[in-house]
Amino acid sequence: MSAPASGLQSGLAQIGKSVFIKGELSGSEDLYLDGQVEGSIALKGNSLTVGPNGQVKGSVEAKGVVVQGKLEGNIKASDRVELRKSAIVTGDVSTQRISIEEGAYLKGKVDISRADVK
Amino acid sequence: MSSVSQNFMKLFRGSSGAETIPAQGSEKLTRRSSGLGELARTWQNAEGLCILDLGSTSATNIRHFTERGHRIYSEDLLTASTDPELLIKDEKGVAALDSRKFLADNLVYPAAHFDVVLCWNLPDYLDESLVKPVVGRLWSVLKPGGMLLAFFHTRDAGPDAPCHRFHIVGADTLEMKKIVLSREARRGTGAGQTTKSDGFQLQRVFNNRHIENLFHDFASIKFFLARDNIREMLVVR
Repeated sequence: MSAPASGLQSGLAQIGKSVFIKGELSGSEDLYLDGQVEGSIALKGNSLTVGPNGQVKGSVEAKGVVVQGKLEGNIKASDRVELRKSAIVTGDVSTQRISIEEGAYLKGKVDISRADVK
Repeated sequence: MSSVSQNFMKLFRGSSGAETIPAQGSEKLTRRSSGLGELARTWQNAEGLCILDLGSTSATNIRHFTERGHRIYSEDLLTASTDPELLIKDEKGVAALDSRKFLADNLVYPAAHFDVVLCWNLPDYLDESLVKPVVGRLWSVLKPGGMLLAFFHTRDAGPDAPCHRFHIVGADTLEMKKIVLSREARRGTGAGQTTKSDGFQLQRVFNNRHIENLFHDFASIKFFLARDNIREMLVVR
């Protein structure tokens, strides 16, 4: 999921970089997060993108997770995890597929339920 | 804990077949690794191994192990050692790194957790104040019978030997890529200053005696000599 164009996109919730949320987030649509969240995020069946300015402190559960910013917490993705080159992830990753760009930082365990790493 | 001097086995294999083949137009080199080959034979038929990779995040290494059904932990200790909050002054007022804080924040795992630890060239480039504490922690997180692979430069490598990242591309083949730091980082207490650097600086050259002392709590140690000024070592807890 690339950075959204200006203006709202249907079917995509967005948290801008000036927003700080403390608490649990859950939803049934895709989420683009470029702000700060302290708390768990649950988007089963949907995708989460942590933008380059995004900072998450808490566990994440979604269908797909793309990280360009900072994430401290475990990631559980039923489909796929992508760590872009600017990603800084501290926590364990559990998924079916994982893609890690050169330059991404991961401190934690990688558990693949189906060996299909790109 | 048995002494290494009583029951270690030392095997010197001359010219273990390490050769560097420069990849065209890039800073990547490949080398054959006897130590990795020996490890690969060990885990060839094993399932569900627990592996700790102490180099920088490597998608290649993660893929290599997860495709074989193993679990891999990634922890870049060299980058972690550049945390400016680790800087303290010792009793003599000399700048050093706080090894207690370092071990409180890093290598935090249950005892006897890992089957394999891939140290790569970490001891050669890690700050002096952290080397022994880190090796002690690695002993405790390795399972009895677990193995640790480490590389050490020989004196012929010279003081400017670049720090490489090692990616597993075959059963006994590694791709080496020079580590380039993207931001200011400490080069170790020897430098005593934070400078813009393009990589980590070789901190010391171990001789065999130093290595044996450092890993004296391990049950056995095996050395593999190579042509490229790197000495490989495989220890068993």
